[in-house]
Amino acid sequence: MKTNFSPQAAVRKKSPAKGKGPLFYMARSWRLYVLLAPTVVYLFIFNYIPMYGIQIAFRDFVATKGIIGSPWVGMKHFRYFFSSPQFSSLLVNTIKLSLFSLLWNFPFPILLALMLNEVSCIRYKKFVQNITYMPYFISTVVLVSMLNLFLAQQDGMINQALAALGGAKVDFLGKAAYFRTIYIASGIWQGTGWSSIIYLAALSGVDTQLHEAAQIDGASRIQRMWHINVPCILPTATILFIMSCGQIMNVGYEKVYLMQNSLNLEVSEVISTYVYKTGLLNVKYSYTTAIGLFNNVINVIVLLLVNQLSQKLSETSLF
Amino acid sequence: MASKIKDTTSDRIFVAAVYIVLGLVALIVLYPLLFVLAASVSDPNAVNAGKVWLLPVGFQLKGYTMVFSSKWVLVGYRNSLFYLLFGTSIDIFVTFTGAYALSRRDIYGRKLLTFFIVFTMWFNGGLIPTFLVVRSLGLVDSPLALVVLGAVSAYNFVICRTFIQNSIPGELQEAARIDGCSDFGLCWRIVFPLSGPVIAILALYYGLGHWNSYFPALMYLNRREWQPLQIFLREILLQNEFVDLEASVDLKSVQELARMTKIMKYSLIVIASFPMLILYPFLQRYFVQGVMIGSLKG
Repeated sequence: MKTNFSPQAAVRKKSPAKGKGPLFYMARSWRLYVLLAPTVVYLFIFNYIPMYGIQIAFRDFVATKGIIGSPWVGMKHFRYFFSSPQFSSLLVNTIKLSLFSLLWNFPFPILLALMLNEVSCIRYKKFVQNITYMPYFISTVVLVSMLNLFLAQQDGMINQALAALGGAKVDFLGKAAYFRTIYIASGIWQGTGWSSIIYLAALSGVDTQLHEAAQIDGASRIQRMWHINVPCILPTATILFIMSCGQIMNVGYEKVYLMQNSLNLEVSEVISTYVYKTGLLNVKYSYTTAIGLFNNVINVIVLLLVNQLSQKLSETSLF
Repeated sequence: MASKIKDTTSDRIFVAAVYIVLGLVALIVLYPLLFVLAASVSDPNAVNAGKVWLLPVGFQLKGYTMVFSSKWVLVGYRNSLFYLLFGTSIDIFVTFTGAYALSRRDIYGRKLLTFFIVFTMWFNGGLIPTFLVVRSLGLVDSPLALVVLGAVSAYNFVICRTFIQNSIPGELQEAARIDGCSDFGLCWRIVFPLSGPVIAILALYYGLGHWNSYFPALMYLNRREWQPLQIFLREILLQNEFVDLEASVDLKSVQELARMTKIMKYSLIVIASFPMLILYPFLQRYFVQGVMIGSLKG
């Protein structure tokens, strides 16, 4: 099945086209380049031209002068950001929120997949799977409004339940201390089922002979789960972990932005929401581009470091 | 596992525990959704008093009639459907043709071109430079921005390319080529019809993106009549601004509006999530396959 179609390669083998440069091959398959053109043009315009535009982080951008015409100011915006009073709180908030949600969100899909894998009744398995996938389809706006409706201090469903059980009402939305917990818990609710698919797929590839051999040796189900299934999904887990580390500075800003209110801002203001507010709403283009670049560079560095580390420790790596 | 060895007692206890835990998990996940549905059709007083727990109390559809009589909700719905249909079609077209071209081993510069695409997964220009490009193209305040933006995601591109490489037999394309089919024909008449599963996955990912996203609209659109549904949802559900709802139904007073607010919000949540949840059973059998392809390297 894995034979890839390449007539040209076949032709080339028969008569090595000596002296025929890249242009010859490109001209012969020009239609393929036409097919690829929309993708390349799109990415060039919307991804690569903005990369070129990153240089406004080192300039004082003035729209009328254009990118090149704006004066070069070097590291001014970075220095300003690093010495600004918001810097430490932004950095701490961003790292705490994304690190905690990474660590909390990571194990649940694996546990769910391992448990689903033990279920032999197909209908029950499908039933649980389909239900746990559902929240993935809900939009961020709807999710956050459900949180607001459920957690409202006076008439939220959770507080009504607490009151009915004789407890005191809690101001979930008004206390900064609850913000991260609500953010992470709702993330687990929404994403666990969907993220478990990939582990289930990995588990379906486990060799049944391993299980049979272990059974003959008297291994219990828990032992087999721990000594066979877990090692089998470890490479998948590692790859996914590395990939999420590359996003460590990109917390889901859509959700954070919607969950923000004046009462929780001290913990909920993260770099990306700050960039949006300061950059677009207060029109500080150069300054916030510098912050964005700082953010992006950290992401890439963390990705490369974790990748290196994992290569050393487990010989699993992204590239 | 088709094992002939019988489970021991401790194993059976373990399996029973797994079944129970999974049942609880399913219940925890499902309950908020069921609650929203029940509350949306319940009597407003019962909902406000916290008397609805699982089943609707005093069935009525006033929340829905209220929502549907709002002009802006309908405008948002129409706009979102437009962005969904046109946006997703363009996304699939661009991604699929590109992915086909790069699935061919004989395209010169394949490695470089692949890198050009995958690189955008790890590094981007950031919010402001992207905004400046969109603005200089005159796409700010144009509905086109929401159709065009996000047309190629490197991640979906890789999924699509990997699928074509691994699942479409090369012999088939070879046979068509011998019969005089050009690369265009191969792409659209041979490979495309055979790519059902991956098209379904692309439709799901891109469609979900178009329907559920609100940030691009927040950034690029100001004109009210072009806003997608999510923007109006945010306005009503999170900012409590009922621009035209007061005037819509026979709301005699502020008190009456306050009484209806909750069930109206629950109804809106149901209506807004409905299109994606009806797509779900159709695409569901492709999930595993699609996520699986995405997990393969490069």
